[in-house]
Amino acid sequence: MAGDAPLLDVRDLCVSFRSGGRDVPIIENVSFTVCEREILGIVGESGSGKSVTAMAIMRLIDDPGVSLRGSVRFRGQELTTLPQKAFRHIRGREIAMIFQDPMTAFTPVYTIGWQIDEAIRVHERVSKSEARTRTVRLLGDMGVPDPERTANRYPHQLSGGLRQRAMIAMALSCNPALLIADEPTTALDVTVQAQILDLLRNLRTDYGSAVMLITHDMGVVAETCDHVMVLYSGRVAERGPASAIFTQPAHPYTAALLDSIPPLTGPRPMRLPSIAGVPPAPLERPPGCAFAPRCHYAHDACSVLPPLVRFAEQDVACILPGEGKALPPRILHGAEA
Amino acid sequence: MLKALLQRFGQTVFVLFGISVLVFLVFFATPGADPTSRIAGKNASPETIAKVRQEYGFDRPLPVQYATMMKKLFITQDLTSYANRGEKVVPELIKAAPVTLSLATGGAVIWVVVSILMGTVAAAFRGTWIDRTLMAIGLIGISIPVFWLGQVANLITQARYHDTWLFSWVPALGYVPFAESPVGWFKALIIPWCTLAVLFIGVYARVLRSDLVTVSGEDFMRTARAKGLSPTRVLLVHGLRTSMITFVSLFGMDFAQLIGGGALLTEVVFGLQGVGRLTYQALSALDLPLIMASVMYSAVFVVLANALVDVIYIFLDPRVRDGR
Repeated sequence: MAGDAPLLDVRDLCVSFRSGGRDVPIIENVSFTVCEREILGIVGESGSGKSVTAMAIMRLIDDPGVSLRGSVRFRGQELTTLPQKAFRHIRGREIAMIFQDPMTAFTPVYTIGWQIDEAIRVHERVSKSEARTRTVRLLGDMGVPDPERTANRYPHQLSGGLRQRAMIAMALSCNPALLIADEPTTALDVTVQAQILDLLRNLRTDYGSAVMLITHDMGVVAETCDHVMVLYSGRVAERGPASAIFTQPAHPYTAALLDSIPPLTGPRPMRLPSIAGVPPAPLERPPGCAFAPRCHYAHDACSVLPPLVRFAEQDVACILPGEGKALPPRILHGAEA
Repeated sequence: MLKALLQRFGQTVFVLFGISVLVFLVFFATPGADPTSRIAGKNASPETIAKVRQEYGFDRPLPVQYATMMKKLFITQDLTSYANRGEKVVPELIKAAPVTLSLATGGAVIWVVVSILMGTVAAAFRGTWIDRTLMAIGLIGISIPVFWLGQVANLITQARYHDTWLFSWVPALGYVPFAESPVGWFKALIIPWCTLAVLFIGVYARVLRSDLVTVSGEDFMRTARAKGLSPTRVLLVHGLRTSMITFVSLFGMDFAQLIGGGALLTEVVFGLQGVGRLTYQALSALDLPLIMASVMYSAVFVVLANALVDVIYIFLDPRVRDGR
């Protein structure tokens, strides 16, 4: 699947906000790549820095106290230092974004079609009717029934699933090379969720787009992604091919996340295992491994920040593999095992 | 559409009825408001009093008096004042209405345009000195009493600097009908308009700015930016349009209130014989027919202005369209 040069190459991205006179680091040294037509899942609990990573790439954080470090290269072009005006040509055209809550993501006073037309016309010199033709086609491609009429409807007149489809249609309106989807299915009910994920999965063949899928749901990742990056408390915990991570997670946090997916077959546990405790607040991160306070395997060596090391097919920020005490492969229930 | 119109008309009639009954009852419940002795004059003989009472119908039951007054006001339109004998109330009002209408409309145009400009610019430059300066100016505008500002404006344009090139064009205080001379009308009203608008500019600019700031944190504003739109387009096309909803409802109330005679102070300071002034005269003379007529007049305008705001709402917010 992966092309030669990565489409998006993020290196050592750090984002911090100024608060109460000091810099609060939200994400620290996050690095990853997205190749052409690849689907990368970014997973983590609330507050782990998933959305901030996406917003930082899009440079949509307008808090005056924010500071960005590191490098974001898109097709070899450095984005972090690009002037805002030049960046506007990338937003929407090269990198598009869809958001968690389709209920509030459209401007309530304009029709869906008008808003998609606007997205097309801001990047391309086409007439209104040409834009509308494309809008209707896109809506149809996204599985919106009766796209011509739907285009003339206002956001509040559509269901959540339809709005999210319209949102994806808008994001795809200029054939972006990369689509950043920030929890696109969280606000939707389960059947609609599956349809939307299907849609995202097919984008690479139908539109040639790579997708950066942000989610907190390991199940969604399992169904959709080629590569996974697990974030914990603003740092990369583990990153690698989805298949490898699902069969043999190397970070205890990843393993714990996987354990919290209900098994499809076999005996149902009385209670799903959950991870005790909560992630540390950005200012209270321990100097060593941020997950150590919640980790069953924590020991003295965890008080030093573990570097990302190569283990099997993935990179992991844990000392266990290095100590020769790697986690065992997961026993999968049912046919997959 | 017809149903909506009829509904609105029914509401209007109901509101007018309620208000008129209230005004009527309050008047007769006010101590010392008995019009007989005031019409008959001081030290009038009992015969004169009895004659006046009979002539004006004050000896009849209140519901009958009320019905007679309503008939004279709305149907025959020959309701006469209690204070100035023989003066008909309806023509008085008709004479005063255009003055107030001109004053309020012109002022409204100025305050809407200027406050949208100020509020939008302040929101666009949020947190900078431009924002702070504009909002400080707005606050000063809100704090200045309109009668003081009017007097100062008069002092400058009518007296102190009237003979300089800057203000020699300012006509004497008073109203010039539009039909008589549009230019004269404009010249006579431009200073009252600005004076009236100052307070509202302050209020509206601040309201709009805070709405724009709130809206800029909304998801759809982020979507608009993520589409690659310019900041100006995001602010004006997506933010301002959505923020106008509060602005419009506020406007409907203030405008109706002004048309109904709320611009009293401005009218007095600039010698404009408008509805506000008429109502004030009626109240100080405890002249029921005139009070009744002007209250009815302003109630009609409040209802009309509300209807207008509803129409603008339908235009501005598609969610309202479906709610009906």
